[in-house]
Amino acid sequence: MFDVDIWQEIFSTIRKNKLRTFLTGFSVAWGIFMLMVLLGSGNGLSNGVKEQFAENAVNVMWMWTGETSIPYNGLKEGRAVKFNNQDYDFLTTKSKEVEKVSSRYYLPNDILYSYGKEYGSFETSTCYPSLKEMENINIKSGRFINDLDMLEFRKVVIIGDEIRKALFKEEDPIGKYIKIGGVPFYVIGVSQSKKRNQDNNRSAYMPFSTAQRIFNGGDRVHTFTVTSKMVQTVEEAEAINEKVRLDMANRHAFDPKDKRAMGSFNMLTEYIRTMKIFQAINLFVWIIGIGTLIAGIVGVSNIMLILVKERTKEIGIRKAIGATPFSVISLVLLESVLITTVAGYIGLVMGVGLMELINFGLEQATGAGGAENVFFKNPTVDFKTAVSATLILILSGALAGYFPSKRAASVTPIEALRDEN
Amino acid sequence: MISIQNLHKSYVTGNNSLHVLKGLDLEIKEGEFVSIMGSSGSGKSTLLNILGVLDDYDKGDYYLNGKKIWGLNETQAAITRNAMIGFIFQSFNLISFKNAMENVALPLYYQKVNRKKRNLIALEYLDRLGIKDWAHHLPSEMSGGQKQRVAIARALISKPKIILADEPTGALDSQTSLEVMEILKEVNDQGITVIIVTHEHDIAALTRKIIRLKDGVIGEVITNGDLQMYRDKVKQE
Repeated sequence: MFDVDIWQEIFSTIRKNKLRTFLTGFSVAWGIFMLMVLLGSGNGLSNGVKEQFAENAVNVMWMWTGETSIPYNGLKEGRAVKFNNQDYDFLTTKSKEVEKVSSRYYLPNDILYSYGKEYGSFETSTCYPSLKEMENINIKSGRFINDLDMLEFRKVVIIGDEIRKALFKEEDPIGKYIKIGGVPFYVIGVSQSKKRNQDNNRSAYMPFSTAQRIFNGGDRVHTFTVTSKMVQTVEEAEAINEKVRLDMANRHAFDPKDKRAMGSFNMLTEYIRTMKIFQAINLFVWIIGIGTLIAGIVGVSNIMLILVKERTKEIGIRKAIGATPFSVISLVLLESVLITTVAGYIGLVMGVGLMELINFGLEQATGAGGAENVFFKNPTVDFKTAVSATLILILSGALAGYFPSKRAASVTPIEALRDEN
Repeated sequence: MISIQNLHKSYVTGNNSLHVLKGLDLEIKEGEFVSIMGSSGSGKSTLLNILGVLDDYDKGDYYLNGKKIWGLNETQAAITRNAMIGFIFQSFNLISFKNAMENVALPLYYQKVNRKKRNLIALEYLDRLGIKDWAHHLPSEMSGGQKQRVAIARALISKPKIILADEPTGALDSQTSLEVMEILKEVNDQGITVIIVTHEHDIAALTRKIIRLKDGVIGEVITNGDLQMYRDKVKQE
């Protein structure tokens, strides 16, 4: 299978034509280098955006109420719509579109948090245990709210890391009591956003049931955070949105088209839309990359054609003394595959290397307190893509060598022996 | 060894057709030492190409060692050439970037003989032709006579039935030409059929049969007593 002679022949030709081989290889190396850089950049953008979405579950949806702006069913506009605990029951038990639900009752923004002599105003998120999963809340120490906390209206709280620093300094807050709006709450956990300096670190979480009871909420719910079932298209995601809106419109007697009566934001629609854009960008990147690569391949093919022309006499001599068309084809084809593969591999390594270097730089910058929330993360090319690119290279080499080798095989010995080159 | 009946060959260029061989008949027996002569355009190179399975013919029959040569594809033709025919050319046709040993060994490469073995055999042939010391030299470093010896070694290495030589002395001086002809005579003495195309009378006189082509057919065959007369005449000139 491995024919030393063929390779020796190929290497001797390459040695004889160093500059030409270099220039040929360079065009292929440049093509694959650009492909890797483009793909890496595409991945970096995609990962950056995915990272932004990773703050919450991608299928999360927020709903809030307002005032009606359209008369409906004999009722005039300007009527306040208010969610309540029965809506929560409906969403958890009746709605087929919804998987998890958490209600929120807003506490005043200026509500005072204090511990000993330390105090400050922080945001309070009243919620169900399911919110942890829906908003990817990271617990640094202790635990999150559980069902028993809800059931027993426990006065427990999870404080964000910034609140911990403000109230407790170096002290461990777990098991300590803090006052929120003058009411003592038992600290059961500390949350810390995976991203530094996030507003979430200035938020505290307490059981919805407790907040509603202690802060006179009655059965009022200000907002719902829900996760819908996963779908693949924007249309399906919007249909879910519409169905939930219709359910709520029926329950609260407002026109489903009335956007001011009930507002909502469906993350899934945005996620699918964004991912579609990235799929298109990815396709675009591949098209440009492949285009660049094709330019390189055409270059190799041209050079190989010139090479075949230059070697016409040699091919004729070989044929006269017994070279079969197959042996001539394999000689030209393997040389083309060798140049393309080696040069392309160098381009591949350089492209991947550059993207790894950029990634390293980005990580260092982020680690050193530099860029936050960058829309560019891990701009590297995965192993599968690199293997695919290598296979494409070998195939490209074969393609680039195919026509010249066919030309070489079709050279008749007489015609070749007459050649004066 | 070679049997040709009513051989026709034309070349078509554009709207013009050139009828080169016009019903040529030829018999060459095994072990013969033949020269083919003729004026320019008489068809001698065309005939040699057909004999060497380098070119097709249009009509007629050609049997080589009992095998009909007709309609062979490129691969079959290449195998036939490799197994039965050794070529020697006026311009040597050595591969420039291969040394003498590698050039000589090349036909064995196409017979799938391993590298070490074929190089050993090539050295043996170079030794027989007196140029073993030049085994590792490139053709560009050799004289015309040395190059032709390398070409002869390459033609002989695959143990062919026939040696076809196209103006083998055309590029050599008279002394070297005689040396090359002496080698070909020795080759012929070993039983190998040698056919040379030449326009040089003194070279043709060194063979044992002269075939003169005229207008695409055999015009004259000089052999035996006639050949001696021909040799004497050449000597006088």
